[in-house]
Amino acid sequence: MNPLPVLLGKIVRIASRLRGGGSALPGLVVERLDPGFMGRALSALPHGVVVVSGTNGKTTTTKMVVELLEGQGLSVFTNRTGSNFTRGVAAALLGEVDWRGRLVADVAVLELDEAHAVHFVKLVPPKYSLLLNVLRDQLDRFGEIDATTRLLERIATATTGTVVLNREDPRVAGIASSLTQARAVYFGLDESLRSTFPNDDELRGAEGTAPAAALPADVVLSAVEGDSAEFDIDGLRVSTGLRLRGVYNIFNAAAALAAARAVLGGAADIDRLLRSLAAVEPAFGRGESILVDGRPLELVLVKNPSGFRLGLKSFDPAGHATMIAINDNYADGRDMSWLWDVDFDSLGAAGVDMVSGARAYDMALRLKYDAVRIGGVEPDITAALKAFITGSAGQPRRIFCTYTAMLAVRRELSKIAKVEVVS
Amino acid sequence: MSDALSAGALSEPAADPSKGSLRILQLYPRDMNIYGDYGNVLVLKQRLAWRGYGAEILEHNVGDSFPSDVDLVVGGGGQDSGQVVIQDDLQSVAPTLRGLAEDGTPMLVICGMYQLFGTVFRTYDGIDIPGINVLDLETRGGSERLIGNVVATSTEFGEVHGYENHSGQTFLGDGVSPLGTVLKGAGNNTEDQYEGARYRNVVASYLHGSLLPKNPAVADFLLRTAAKRKFGSFDDDGLDDSLAELARKHAAERPR
Repeated sequence: MNPLPVLLGKIVRIASRLRGGGSALPGLVVERLDPGFMGRALSALPHGVVVVSGTNGKTTTTKMVVELLEGQGLSVFTNRTGSNFTRGVAAALLGEVDWRGRLVADVAVLELDEAHAVHFVKLVPPKYSLLLNVLRDQLDRFGEIDATTRLLERIATATTGTVVLNREDPRVAGIASSLTQARAVYFGLDESLRSTFPNDDELRGAEGTAPAAALPADVVLSAVEGDSAEFDIDGLRVSTGLRLRGVYNIFNAAAALAAARAVLGGAADIDRLLRSLAAVEPAFGRGESILVDGRPLELVLVKNPSGFRLGLKSFDPAGHATMIAINDNYADGRDMSWLWDVDFDSLGAAGVDMVSGARAYDMALRLKYDAVRIGGVEPDITAALKAFITGSAGQPRRIFCTYTAMLAVRRELSKIAKVEVVS
Repeated sequence: MSDALSAGALSEPAADPSKGSLRILQLYPRDMNIYGDYGNVLVLKQRLAWRGYGAEILEHNVGDSFPSDVDLVVGGGGQDSGQVVIQDDLQSVAPTLRGLAEDGTPMLVICGMYQLFGTVFRTYDGIDIPGINVLDLETRGGSERLIGNVVATSTEFGEVHGYENHSGQTFLGDGVSPLGTVLKGAGNNTEDQYEGARYRNVVASYLHGSLLPKNPAVADFLLRTAAKRKFGSFDDDGLDDSLAELARKHAAERPR
């Protein structure tokens, strides 16, 4: 094996870090010079590769699976920076491998964007995959949600060991029938919680398409009460406190538990899994809280109708100042139609103090049609954030924002508070 | 604020629906609702409410009996699978829809429903799926998906703003006129410059976004037509559309 591409990749990685540049270039370099690099580094891992994909919740769920496995004593490689394209994985690997391209870890847990995952699994067939949901998002990239389902199906069929599927999402649960080599296990919801988590068909289509509730699930989220949750794991009822915020994160905790159990097999210590889960902090922009003027400011990432709906449902607007920032850059999705698939009635009483982002006026127009009071509209995020913070002195604050709007908000906040800036 | 807004722009007073109510029918909301089509219905309903009219929102889904006394019809886009699901039911209500359109009932059909209102959809593999012949136009499946922001100009409605996402390419026959001509984006197809179609009081378009919020002139055309047919007049008080104006202006400056 020629160690040169790995060395070159490492040098480019250090150089681009020094420049403060993006994370993909070193991945590109090593991909071009040594296309087999990623496959070699990852295929030697004793517990193999876990791929996490789906529309919503990939970042937080991946973080949970990593921490659950680390809590059981495994050494885990992951793509931490949220760079969920193949090249991002290659770049993250370069930081971890030795000069001969070897990775010292027990297992890799990788968050992959649906389209890039299909490319990735051709290079590195995963032993496990965890498929979360298929929701209307980025239709401008993928065309249709049925097309997104087919992408996830290709990840599932490339998986060699176990595919963990969301029983409550008919498109995801249906993937089981296409499996030839892997076995399927499910995570799910108790009947009483189903209406809290509408699947895509239930967004507008009146009654739900009832999933096959008869499918036995390995982990079921059975109750959510404030910041604690109950799960049925393999028929055993357990409960735990959580630092994660938002009901959608808590459902994904069931997903992460099922995935961790698939990897660990009979060796899983359930008490220890729950202790690890209780300690998981939210990933950036997924309901994390930042102190501004001694008051908490929560950042809630919204990128599609179901995420926005669940975000509104999870965070009570009463007593909070609220800002919404909507951008339409490539990573956000250019099409604004999705805002019309979200109900904003719950904000009606408290109103929205500031609306910002490149599509601030699309958002303001949406709120007007739901008769939600608007304090002000300012497309420029820097100016809007300044006005919002000044105008809400003494109150806790919450900002709902799309992906690139969140990056801009964080950059601004980092000037006045302690915030991890992610580029 | 970088753009001046009047106080009325951010909120409208709710009015008592004392002037009467319009019956608005949504076609197949369960299977054809993929691109925020609900926004169109919400806009119609609120613009009526702000003017003192009521709205009764009806639905027709597969297997339902078609409601009577419909004043306005709205149909949305669907996935290919949704179009297959509704195909038989749509053919069974086709004579009713043709009758309503010929009679002058205002209708808004977007994307997938626009295609199905034509004579035929010829798929990329050469299979003919019959339309319901409300509009003289046909659609051919294409290999390329036309996606992005669109600005079209129409003699009737001025500039029309929206977002397209379709692979079918639609060609107009002599029996219909285009809704507008594209200034940005593809519109009906990659060959001529037309976007959408107009026939009697039917407005057909590829544009969602949703279409009506940013195009209040189209919304008010549908409402005015329906109200005049039902009540003989329409109390057309100008609403403050400055927020829609600003949304249009900012949308037009965004990349394709």
